Amino acid sequence: MAEQAVASPGFSPLRLWNDKEARSIIIQILTMALLVAFLAYIVTNAIANLEAIGKTFSYDFLSEPASYDINQTLIPYTSRSTHLEAAIVGLLNTLLVAVCGIILATILGFILGVLRLSSNWLVNKMAYCFIEFTRNVPVLLHILLLHGIIVTSLPTPKQAGTESSDIFFFTNRGVFAPSPQLEPAFWAVAIAFVAAIVFAIGFNKYAHKVQDETGKHLPVFWVSIGAIVGLPLIVYFIAGMPLHWETPALKGFNFKGGMVLRPEFVALWLALSYYTASFIAEIVRAGIVSVSYGQSEAAFALGLRPNRTLSLIVVPQALRVIVPPLASQYMNLTKNSSLAIAIGYMDLVATIGGISLMQTGKEMETMIIVLLTYLVLSLSISAAMNWYNQRIKLVER
Amino acid sequence: MKISKLLLAAGAAVLLSSAASAATLDEVRERGELRCVISTGLAGFAYTDASGNWQGFDVDFCRATAAAVLGDPNKVKFVTSTGKTRFTILNSGEADVLWRNTTWTFVRDVDVKLLFLGVNYYDGQGFLVRKDLGVTSATELDGASVCIQTGTTTELNLADFFRSNNISYEPVPIETNDEGRTNYLAGRCDVYTTDASGLAATRSTFDDPSAHVVLPEIISKEPLGPAVRQGDDGWGDIVRWVLNATISAEELGVTQENADTIGESSDNPEVKRLLGTEGDLGAMLGLETDWAVKAIKAAGNYGEIFDRNIGPSTPIALERGLNALWSEGGLIYSPPFR
Repeated sequence: MAEQAVASPGFSPLRLWNDKEARSIIIQILTMALLVAFLAYIVTNAIANLEAIGKTFSYDFLSEPASYDINQTLIPYTSRSTHLEAAIVGLLNTLLVAVCGIILATILGFILGVLRLSSNWLVNKMAYCFIEFTRNVPVLLHILLLHGIIVTSLPTPKQAGTESSDIFFFTNRGVFAPSPQLEPAFWAVAIAFVAAIVFAIGFNKYAHKVQDETGKHLPVFWVSIGAIVGLPLIVYFIAGMPLHWETPALKGFNFKGGMVLRPEFVALWLALSYYTASFIAEIVRAGIVSVSYGQSEAAFALGLRPNRTLSLIVVPQALRVIVPPLASQYMNLTKNSSLAIAIGYMDLVATIGGISLMQTGKEMETMIIVLLTYLVLSLSISAAMNWYNQRIKLVER
Repeated sequence: MKISKLLLAAGAAVLLSSAASAATLDEVRERGELRCVISTGLAGFAYTDASGNWQGFDVDFCRATAAAVLGDPNKVKFVTSTGKTRFTILNSGEADVLWRNTTWTFVRDVDVKLLFLGVNYYDGQGFLVRKDLGVTSATELDGASVCIQTGTTTELNLADFFRSNNISYEPVPIETNDEGRTNYLAGRCDVYTTDASGLAATRSTFDDPSAHVVLPEIISKEPLGPAVRQGDDGWGDIVRWVLNATISAEELGVTQENADTIGESSDNPEVKRLLGTEGDLGAMLGLETDWAVKAIKAAGNYGEIFDRNIGPSTPIALERGLNALWSEGGLIYSPPFR
């Protein structure tokens, strides 16, 4: 249509404007031009102002020593490591709390969502109260509350170390637990574990084939669990138990040996998890309610038992409603983990976006790294959830 | 590339919303208010009293600066900041001057583009521990948990100290002094480390200060002083000479009480030049003739400011030590008013 308007003999700008399609294109071009001009203005303004105060834009500082220590490091790190390594330590800490948080929030959220649908009045109302309390209080307050409780109410290592002879210690400097020490022969157990998983996948396929051909239903779940747990266990004992535990012990100021979950991590992890879980619970409830009861009745009429009705009829249809909003909750949790700074958990914002920024004075450079990293994290979660959504969507014939 | 540009732009919009300007003095006059960066709360240095007014060593210097520039010590807007945000606040133009127990270092002076104007407190980093731990030296702290304010020079000194002594520790990063106090008292950390003056100030707020001890080691030099943005030397001169005026006033016996009259009655030409009764040093700074009188009447001379806020008669009970006048064995020294 637009081409026709341009090509017509009595061309005038007014006629172009009267053409609905051409007008739409013109408006879009103008909007785009304004947007580009605005961005160009901001960028040149930023560059001019940086020059005015004599600052240069450079990422050279990333290869210089960071000179500060970090308490929770998943990779080797000392104060002699570079700012880049500090940023990676921070990123791994962010990922750790995000992944642990997503797992716990999903489990808690599904449980709460189902409880919320319970016909038991007390269970239903308790879930209701918990959900409404947690999701209507800012997550920062949950984090500060949990951290405050842990730090002020749990015993110090000295008290905990003298009062009990356990192997687990709950102190205000963290939960200390024995850590597994692997011996060389442990690889056999690992191989057995992988082999068991491969077997379980194969058995699942075989069971499907049997069911398609004969209608017989094989106990896939129990066989798989038996293989995945049983096989490594048998190999473990045959190999002579190639694993021992290092228990924490009070030495000097703190516990040494074993593993530690620091109060900052625990507070952040739990607070993010139950806060996000309360949103997930409502999403799960909405998903289940959205499947009309007639679906279940039809399944019962065909003779399916309640648990198979749930897994074959209700859940697949509910997931269509649940997954898209679930993805945005996962992203929220990941982004909310940046509140870690309030309690001193050394995540991405606290390392490169905090101490490194402060020590080098590179506000713009460090903030760009932090922003881009969160963008990439969110887009990755989004892509993964979209892929999953494609897989589970109903196949319409 | 496109995304990074966009983020750059967004960051720039926030960071540089008000561009660095050449004439801070004119801006302050036009606004009728001095914006002064102070800490979020440190007993003796910057804290709010029972009626909600800011008080303290750093606060008094803010008021003296406001009095010298605007003639009224109350025309100050206090901008509180954590150790981490202070330079960004100053460099982005959200504040005019920084009086916030800030250590003068090479990188901050040269690379962070600040203009340091002198030293109003010579400090050093110390360690605060409970007496019942039985620790007598910082080298016995192997394996301890140490509370440390992030974004400070003390954080770097701490890492260097433990590394060079080949002992380990668990850093517990905190944002503000109050947070450090809470974590330390709850036993989240064995040691609280910051500038020795800050430790004394913090200890004075404990229920039982005598149960805690500052270890003898001072592991760093922390010259604390005021700073402004680079690029406005005239404004820097004003803040520098406000500090020098309070120091010279102590040296010359000018006090909050006699600042009004001693300019006429004294025979000492330097007193007369300082207080504007002879010559016109104020005009050279672009200020009123009696700028120094107003600054000293606002808060007193250096010694008065020190004694009132952090001196031996206060709960913080810091000795003058390095911060005595040069003529009394300290390092506090002002160039002449001439």
